[in-house]
Amino acid sequence: MPKDHGIGASPKRREDVRFLTGVGNYTDDINLNGQAYVHFLRSDVAHGKINGIDSTAAAAMPGVVRIFTGADFEGVGSIPCGWQVTDKHGQPMQEPAHPVLAQGKVRHVGDPIAAVVANTPEQARDAAEAIEVDMEELPAVIDMKAAVQEGATKVHDDLTSNLCYDWGFVEENKGAVDEAFSNAAHVTTLELVNNRLVANPMEPRVAVGDYARHNGESTLYTTSQNPHVIRLLMGAFVLGIPEHKLRVVAPDVGGGFGTKIFHYAEEAFCTFAAKAINRPVKWTSSRSEAFISDAHGRDHVTKIELALDADNNFTALRTETYANMGAYLSTFAPSVPTWLHGTLMAGNYKTPLIYVNVKAVFTNTVPVDAYRGAGRPEATYQLERVVDKAARELGVDPIALRRQNFITEFPYATPVAVEYDTGDYNATMDKLSEIADLSGFAARRAESEKNGKLRGLGVNCYIEACGIAPSNLVGQLGARAGLYESATVRVNATGGLVVMTGSHSHGQGHETSFPQVIAEMIGIDESMVEIVHGDTANTPMGMGTYGSRSLAVGGSAMVRATEKIINKARKIAAHLMEASEADIELKDGAFSVAGTDKSVAWGDVCLAAYVPHNYPLEDIEPGLEETAFYDPANFTYPSGAYCCEVEVDPDTGKVTIESFAAADDFGNIVNPMIVSGQVHGGIAQGIGQALLEGAVYDENGQLLSASYMDYAMPRADDVPFYSVDHSCVTPCTHNPLGVKGCGEAGAIGSPPAVVNAVVDALQSAGKDVTHIDMPLSPSRVWAAMNG
Amino acid sequence: MTQVSMTVNGQAASGDVEGRTLLSTFLREHLGLTGTHVGCDTSQCGACVVHVDGNAVKSCTILAAEADGADVATIESQAAADGTLNAVQQAFQDHHGLQCGFCTPGMVMSAVALLKDNPSPSEAEIRAYLEGNICRCTGYHNIVKAIMAASGQDVSAIAAE
Repeated sequence: MPKDHGIGASPKRREDVRFLTGVGNYTDDINLNGQAYVHFLRSDVAHGKINGIDSTAAAAMPGVVRIFTGADFEGVGSIPCGWQVTDKHGQPMQEPAHPVLAQGKVRHVGDPIAAVVANTPEQARDAAEAIEVDMEELPAVIDMKAAVQEGATKVHDDLTSNLCYDWGFVEENKGAVDEAFSNAAHVTTLELVNNRLVANPMEPRVAVGDYARHNGESTLYTTSQNPHVIRLLMGAFVLGIPEHKLRVVAPDVGGGFGTKIFHYAEEAFCTFAAKAINRPVKWTSSRSEAFISDAHGRDHVTKIELALDADNNFTALRTETYANMGAYLSTFAPSVPTWLHGTLMAGNYKTPLIYVNVKAVFTNTVPVDAYRGAGRPEATYQLERVVDKAARELGVDPIALRRQNFITEFPYATPVAVEYDTGDYNATMDKLSEIADLSGFAARRAESEKNGKLRGLGVNCYIEACGIAPSNLVGQLGARAGLYESATVRVNATGGLVVMTGSHSHGQGHETSFPQVIAEMIGIDESMVEIVHGDTANTPMGMGTYGSRSLAVGGSAMVRATEKIINKARKIAAHLMEASEADIELKDGAFSVAGTDKSVAWGDVCLAAYVPHNYPLEDIEPGLEETAFYDPANFTYPSGAYCCEVEVDPDTGKVTIESFAAADDFGNIVNPMIVSGQVHGGIAQGIGQALLEGAVYDENGQLLSASYMDYAMPRADDVPFYSVDHSCVTPCTHNPLGVKGCGEAGAIGSPPAVVNAVVDALQSAGKDVTHIDMPLSPSRVWAAMNG
Repeated sequence: MTQVSMTVNGQAASGDVEGRTLLSTFLREHLGLTGTHVGCDTSQCGACVVHVDGNAVKSCTILAAEADGADVATIESQAAADGTLNAVQQAFQDHHGLQCGFCTPGMVMSAVALLKDNPSPSEAEIRAYLEGNICRCTGYHNIVKAIMAASGQDVSAIAAE
């Protein structure tokens, strides 16, 4: 019988009713008295020198309140970068300034030049069209390899080149890795592109700035996955507002996928302008604007080499990657191709020697930063593609080759600086074989061939690292923030609880799953627990939700705070029952004295804490409220095995996904329904990357795929029902819930499965195709087949 | 400015709008019905779907003035007065057919319109009908399953959860 309560149950989500009835409270639903609206005039060239801005005519247009340009932001800070990478020579990365509004130059299509604040959105937009910009267009650098050539046009005049950093990992191993390659029995080489993507949460970004003259407090309502991070970055680095005078509120957030982690110029602008004009200022991004102002994802160009010995054991791995940073460093951009990518290159395999080189490059494109998986999909894709290619070159079964090289003993210290605590990669592969019915593939292929289609099977593994930590380690790696999470648990006098957490849901259902944990710990109904998040005014300083960290890190903080609550409540119960604290047991919402029939209900203990008439005041304070900050000892390492079956139409090159199966090990599961939903969504995004999506720039830096007309989002008829399983469980050893994180796995594990399957289909028809770059559009597949 | 009058969720509604005012803007900004969402500007995403005279319409794609005199229903009208969800809404909750909730109003309004015309759609028919509704969270699995369930079909054979 499935559980109907607590950890492991799948209660219906409590957030759903407001979303289903249209009474959610997203940022664009917030309208403040007297608010004005801003429209940003954005650059339509990729690189240019601003010789002058004439806003005289625009300022005289109806409803215009004020027009801001870069000149208004002199003395205001630069949009900061939250991670400093050190290059292979021990030097810090090159870090350009990132002004709120362009200062003399624009560096990508979409770079904001001026901001018109008016009484209505339409008036702001109309007036922006009347601004005259004297723009001297400069040559743009778009291609990464061209950008780092000697003499290339520089994106930033004050930097020495377009190379942000040249990172080697682990640099000391390079000689040994090279030697292993020279001794290899077989080397498989693959050059590939991890295509540039746009995260595209369905809710476009919105910011509403407000300033209260009476107390000098600024408030920003924004579409953010981490309001405390925005408050710190914007307050301390850009606008110079101390935290106690700045409140950041992120109400219901309509999806994020990473792109709502970052601090954006529009947030700083609205906060700044609200004070300047003494009115609230609202900005609502259009989708067209989102394509040229939201941070993009991926965009790596990689050469990967795998060395094997005569027995097909992996002996070494070597990669060289160009990673696009875009025109400025977005908040966590430098960490993505390095510490979130290089550290994952061991994957599920005991390859003893690994060297990763990453050159991060500035180009005249929108900044690139974390998108669902962030570095880990890039690592998984290249590794699982090269392993598949090696198997085909060697004529061995791709699954057998993987199994032969699996890590089987834990903990396992990889040669790329991380230690996996638990996992069982054979177990997830076994489970995959079962749920994907691998043994029935030959019959399905025969059936497809009868219908004139080529059928392919692609299998791969993945490993993820979630809950990046501990803070003292990430500080050494260049993080300019801690990566703990916080929770305050407040018990009310009548026994209900409020959890104020630094985690923040943007679709993950924390309001449902977090109470399940508390309900399990105390033995009360979930309905007694309320989750408060998304507002710096009523939550403790926390780092927010990304990197599949909420339950593993935020949930752990909540557990620690609840343990403190229970410990104190136990003392109160012991006093009330005149028993020894050591004899007190908590079960089903009541404290009892072991071996007796004496008990006192949870609610009575809580009431005693707030009405302390019969209470050990000499030993403990009244009240029942505790805070915990949890800083994990290590990452968590979810893993799994994925399988995709495709059909390829040999006449058109069109690929259809016939089935997709995922066997994941997420450690312990709190809400299986939510976990499955996370995997479904991740798989769809991975299928989108593999078959449909691509942010494409022309050589002049114009984004060609800048709307849903041209950027192919996965639709309902592009994907099948998925088969997902998370019954393989090796609990995390170092957090109190034994959980690992599930938010990104689907997006990490699925692209190589799709591409492996298409290559398999084409090779089954005798086509000499070893690789096709994503997205595998019909034209690319057809061209590869007809080479 | 143009005066428009229409029935919205069973009640008379009117206002002065510019000629260029979209129905979605009128609903959200003039009437405060913020359940209708705007997720794109090219009529692709479907977060703004409402019913106009019984037909599913992307409210970002018609002018408020074009809806003058029409009978408009939005997501806010779909549950009963006592809060009881309609069959589609309830199925979305039962089968986890939503995550962030932003596309959900449009999905529900499209699904209601589909089931009115086709009371027992196949999986393929549902997927084809939803071409104009983009969801970035769910991978559509539980949306399709929920719509099948709302139409009374047995979904127990579709992968659990």
